[in-house]
Amino acid sequence: MTNTLPPWVNYFLLPAINLLVAFVVSGLVVVAIGENPLRAAWLMVDGAFGSARGIGFTLFYATNFIFTGLAVAVAYHCGLFNIGAEGQALVGGLGVALACLWLGAYVPWWLVLPAAIAMGAAFGAAWGFLPGYLQAKRGSHIVITTIMFNFIAASLMNWLLVDWLRPTGQMAPETAVFADGGWLPKLTGLLNLFGAGLRNTPLNLSFFVALLCCFLVWLLIWRTRFGYSIRTMGLSPSAAKYAGINPARTIVIAMMISGGLAGLMALNPVMGDLHRLTLDIVQGAGFVGIAVALMGRNHPFGIVLASILFGMLYQGGAELAFDMPTITRDMIVVIQGLVILFAGALENMFRPQLSRLFSTMHRRGVAPETEGAA
Amino acid sequence: MDFNATLLILDSTLRLSTPLLLAALAGLYSERAGVFDIGLEGKMLAAAFAAGAGASVTGSAYAGLFLGVIVSVLFGLVHGFASITARGNQIVSGVALNFVAAGATILLGQAWFGQGGRTPQLATEQRFLGSEPNFAAELRDIPVLGPIVSELVLGHSLLVYVAFAMVPLTWWVLFRTRFGLRLRAVGENPAAVDTAGISVTWLRYQAVIICGALCGVAGTYLAIAQSGGFNNNMTAGKGYIALAALIFAKWRPVPVMFACLLFGFLDASAIRLQGVILPMIGRVPVQFIQALPYVLTVVLLAGFIGRADPPRAGGVPYTKER
Repeated sequence: MTNTLPPWVNYFLLPAINLLVAFVVSGLVVVAIGENPLRAAWLMVDGAFGSARGIGFTLFYATNFIFTGLAVAVAYHCGLFNIGAEGQALVGGLGVALACLWLGAYVPWWLVLPAAIAMGAAFGAAWGFLPGYLQAKRGSHIVITTIMFNFIAASLMNWLLVDWLRPTGQMAPETAVFADGGWLPKLTGLLNLFGAGLRNTPLNLSFFVALLCCFLVWLLIWRTRFGYSIRTMGLSPSAAKYAGINPARTIVIAMMISGGLAGLMALNPVMGDLHRLTLDIVQGAGFVGIAVALMGRNHPFGIVLASILFGMLYQGGAELAFDMPTITRDMIVVIQGLVILFAGALENMFRPQLSRLFSTMHRRGVAPETEGAA
Repeated sequence: MDFNATLLILDSTLRLSTPLLLAALAGLYSERAGVFDIGLEGKMLAAAFAAGAGASVTGSAYAGLFLGVIVSVLFGLVHGFASITARGNQIVSGVALNFVAAGATILLGQAWFGQGGRTPQLATEQRFLGSEPNFAAELRDIPVLGPIVSELVLGHSLLVYVAFAMVPLTWWVLFRTRFGLRLRAVGENPAAVDTAGISVTWLRYQAVIICGALCGVAGTYLAIAQSGGFNNNMTAGKGYIALAALIFAKWRPVPVMFACLLFGFLDASAIRLQGVILPMIGRVPVQFIQALPYVLTVVLLAGFIGRADPPRAGGVPYTKER
């Protein structure tokens, strides 16, 4: 069935149609509330891209989704469905926060950053290691294990923040605010080059770290020997075994890379924006990563595009909630769910119709030529 | 711990286990038929909202229950359409529906009732509340046995008894009826069921509908039996705990009940154990007890306390051979 469709239909038209249906259904929700869906759509787009400030916020959210999207994609190439990016990012936040807390007072940010990257990735990788190991060696189902690990991570971090990392005399379960060295530079100046007098947006240097990760993931998956093993495992575990690839080792390492990428997500909110570790740094980005990877067809370039789309939803949704008080920020969650539903679970809904359409068009396109030849 | 405190904990264990039990049995039907469902949470939440909203608008608890079940079944049908008809990824569909439920309940609640996403507080007669029969008070005077019967057995909400009655019923349906045999077969080897001339699609849809109905009762219990209306995100991960209980019980009805009672007991004692110093162990962090069901499930899945093999065709959409 898949072979009958040209690549541009597979990679652009089909996701676009699914996305459109998701938006139409979201529009119906807006109608149920008693607002005008077209105006709501315009407010979202304008809120996300209409100003340099909006663009700053959109890219800030997109940064989170690039990391988690890459995390899901790397695991997916290995045939693993990692829905634990949520927990891996949270635990990664611990690594980032510890680096910033320890080093932030002594050295400038450009020395803290490599440490934060290393620690965030290491902590996230550690949280990805166990589900990977259990899948590879004990046959546990990775989906179930990673769900469970999300909750275990939440409990663990809650305990650490309440009992260990919270400064004395403070009520909220969060760490102290980092010293100057634990603050990543904002990219506000960069946005101001486009002629806006911005004082502050949360967009920060981790956006470039995310783009760098995209390049590295592309390099890893399509240009290295290990990437080849990952893809072989994903396509056919038995073929991989015959080819001399060690399945257990490949699964565990792929899950560690996946967890590490998810852990790096914490750089953006922890070191880039809040400058402290709180319990809600991830805010569903781990699950959005699933949608981002699906829509981006597990390719870094597609992931960047899909992340910007979801960043737009987050920023535009916030503006929408501000301009239309009857619509709360939870509209974003609904749209997100519908996008995941239509672009993910129902991605093949329109495929048979499109296949039929294209095969008839193809026949018609070919038929006159053959007649002319005869 | 004295006798009365123990009774109190066991009593709240029953109450806290009820929604878990209903949701876990719901998952049991679906997953035994080969449709994985991590959307239990979302269905419960949507049902809780529908039940809370329905009961407050109509003034009837039964109307609330009806609406809760309908909405949950509709969610189930969407999941069924995605995973059976459209042959989509069942995990992705479940995640998506959890999102939709989490967002839509608050969004619509705020738009319709304007109370920060909550539904209006319900009056007593609009809820499923337990009432103790007259002889309960007389029973209480009998030493030891009296309080146990009057506290633990009597006076619960109707839905608590429904949940526990579902356990033997589910066992009977699954293992003693033709429908149950086919349901289990379709989760293990759908091709064989297809060869026998029975519709895989219809069987799986039936399972998904039963799953939706039971999740609907679970959500209704949360919203209009346990509390007097819907609250933001009131399921708070119970759907995932139910999923954990289902796996912990290795997809079997009676063990599901014990797993739910265990997890309900952990939940009930979590608050009591806060700050208590246990011999040999010291102070147990409450977060540890909260995480225990998940940890136990992971340990079980790793095969350290027996193997948990899911239905063999679970998560795989069935394609008729051409």
